[in-house]
Amino acid sequence: MKRIKILQEWCLGCRLCEYYCAYANSDIKDMVLALKDKEIKPKLVIESKGTATFALSCRHCHDAICVKSCISGAMTRENGVTRLDREKCVGCQTCVLVCPFGAVVVSEDGIIDKCELCTNNREGEPKCVRGCPNGALVLEEVEA
Amino acid sequence: MEYLLNEYEVERDDYRCIRCGVCARQCANGVHSLNEVTKRMEADNSQCVNCHRCVSLCPSGALKIVKNRHTFRDNANWSRDNITEIYKQAATGGVLLSSMGNPKDYPGYFDRMLINASQVTNPSIDPLREPMETKTFLGKKITDIVRDSEGRIVYKSKPGLELSVPIMFSAMSYGSISYNAHESLARASRDLGIYYNTGEGGLHKDFYQYGANTIVQVASGRFGVHKDYLEAGAAIEIKMGQGAKPGIGGHLPGAKIIKDISETRMIPEGSDAISPAPHHDIYSIEDLRQLVYSLKEATNYKKPVIVKIAAVHNVAAIASGVARSGADIIAIDGYRGGTGAAPTRIRDNVGIPIELALASVDERLRQEGIREEVSIVVGGSIRSSADIVKAIALGADAVYIATSALIALGCHLCRNCQMGKCNWGIATQDPELVKRLNPNIGYKRLVNLITAWKHEIEEMMGGMGINSIEALKGNRFMLRGIGLNQKELDILGIKHAGE
Repeated sequence: MKRIKILQEWCLGCRLCEYYCAYANSDIKDMVLALKDKEIKPKLVIESKGTATFALSCRHCHDAICVKSCISGAMTRENGVTRLDREKCVGCQTCVLVCPFGAVVVSEDGIIDKCELCTNNREGEPKCVRGCPNGALVLEEVEA
Repeated sequence: MEYLLNEYEVERDDYRCIRCGVCARQCANGVHSLNEVTKRMEADNSQCVNCHRCVSLCPSGALKIVKNRHTFRDNANWSRDNITEIYKQAATGGVLLSSMGNPKDYPGYFDRMLINASQVTNPSIDPLREPMETKTFLGKKITDIVRDSEGRIVYKSKPGLELSVPIMFSAMSYGSISYNAHESLARASRDLGIYYNTGEGGLHKDFYQYGANTIVQVASGRFGVHKDYLEAGAAIEIKMGQGAKPGIGGHLPGAKIIKDISETRMIPEGSDAISPAPHHDIYSIEDLRQLVYSLKEATNYKKPVIVKIAAVHNVAAIASGVARSGADIIAIDGYRGGTGAAPTRIRDNVGIPIELALASVDERLRQEGIREEVSIVVGGSIRSSADIVKAIALGADAVYIATSALIALGCHLCRNCQMGKCNWGIATQDPELVKRLNPNIGYKRLVNLITAWKHEIEEMMGGMGINSIEALKGNRFMLRGIGLNQKELDILGIKHAGE
């Protein structure tokens, strides 16, 4: 199974990953129409303090506390990816509360949102990794 | 009067701009910013150096940099550069500084030479199916066969360098370029089986592990030179001159002498690193010979010594003297060679083309019967594998590349290295900018470049029916001039196309 490895050493804090994430999950092919004049809600965020920055998204934990704590069964783990069924989510935000990384976000409609490694959109593989200009995000194979 | 025309303008397609602000976050010159009132991105064109960082990273393709159309009254004699440079000097009283190689419109001889190919009467070779040798050796050649009492040949090799391809990365000091640029060069050299050159700034302690692929330089400033340093490298280079600034020393401003660099150069933090124009102990070939042999003595005669000179008017006679000084390899740097900073007038007006220098040095050393005493390495704007094939056919044993290597690492030739704010993390010591060059990516790009050039060299050699670099060396029959006058053809030692 695949994981996004975060290499803080090489993160430039340019925030391209946030925009590529929002674009990949937009269902709109034209980037201008997808992102212009909109407040983007990426599923990955640049965390920063001083000059140190890194891009954080769902870690897809082995023993995911968000899956365990989901009251509606919307969170599941399939092939190493923690998935979200938006139909089942009731918006209680328990997962937001329990996630130790703060990697679960709330979308505009109150339903939660999270990184599914772009397996749930047209990209198929993480757009943030491909778009990072400095190799600060790397897709690597890890043991299940 | 003080107003200086900005040379470039940022052209932003306002429809395509998604206001992500990546350009603003990535421009070290502070060109881009968000106007809080209009909510549109703006550009301060006066600060733009045309390095393309913003253009390359803009996710929606909204940016391009164009030349400012604003113009002086047409004048075939007084160019915009002539006029604005006078304004600059009138305002400051200072010497103009520039970086990278001479950009002026002088004739390029590599572009006026064509390579031969086999047809009908001699077969060409397919490098993908047949063996093709690009390996080469630098150093003094063994000229006589010595046998022991039983008639067996005694193998007595002389100190030299073995290259998988006749290409090396030329001298760029740690200080003029960043730690990450050095790491990329060092790792690529080890992967490729070639060499990189420390330049005159010493060798960072982290890079001693790449010693077997390192040429350590001893220049007039003698920065970072000590016994371990000399022993760490595969060869030692004495830098007498540099193509971009023949006759001139160097000056790395104190601001760039950060902790690591001060330790590597063995000078106090924040002090200017000034390399004198001459070596103060070298005023003759005999003096040079003393330094060559001092370095050989210090390293037990195990390492070849390279003497690097700039291509200047009497280069053939100088090279002959260098060959007699005991040097194993002569490196000649042409007037197009790059630099991290040089006085503009020197860079643009001093020196001669490497092609002419190479041809005359090779010819002179042959005439004097000392060609096998030294290998010749040439640098100064080797831009492609075709330039390499032409250089070798003119008589070079190998080439030095630096500008090409930096371009592979991301350099867009904006030629503002002297500012120390390189947006590509190459010619800077600002840790936040240095970080932009990830050596894990950089070294692979260098390996890719040299691998691609190796394939192309093999293709061109195969086309000529030649299957080894050694057979191409000095093979000037493989070259023809185009658009050259008789004098130029005579110096290059080649015939004109059609002859």
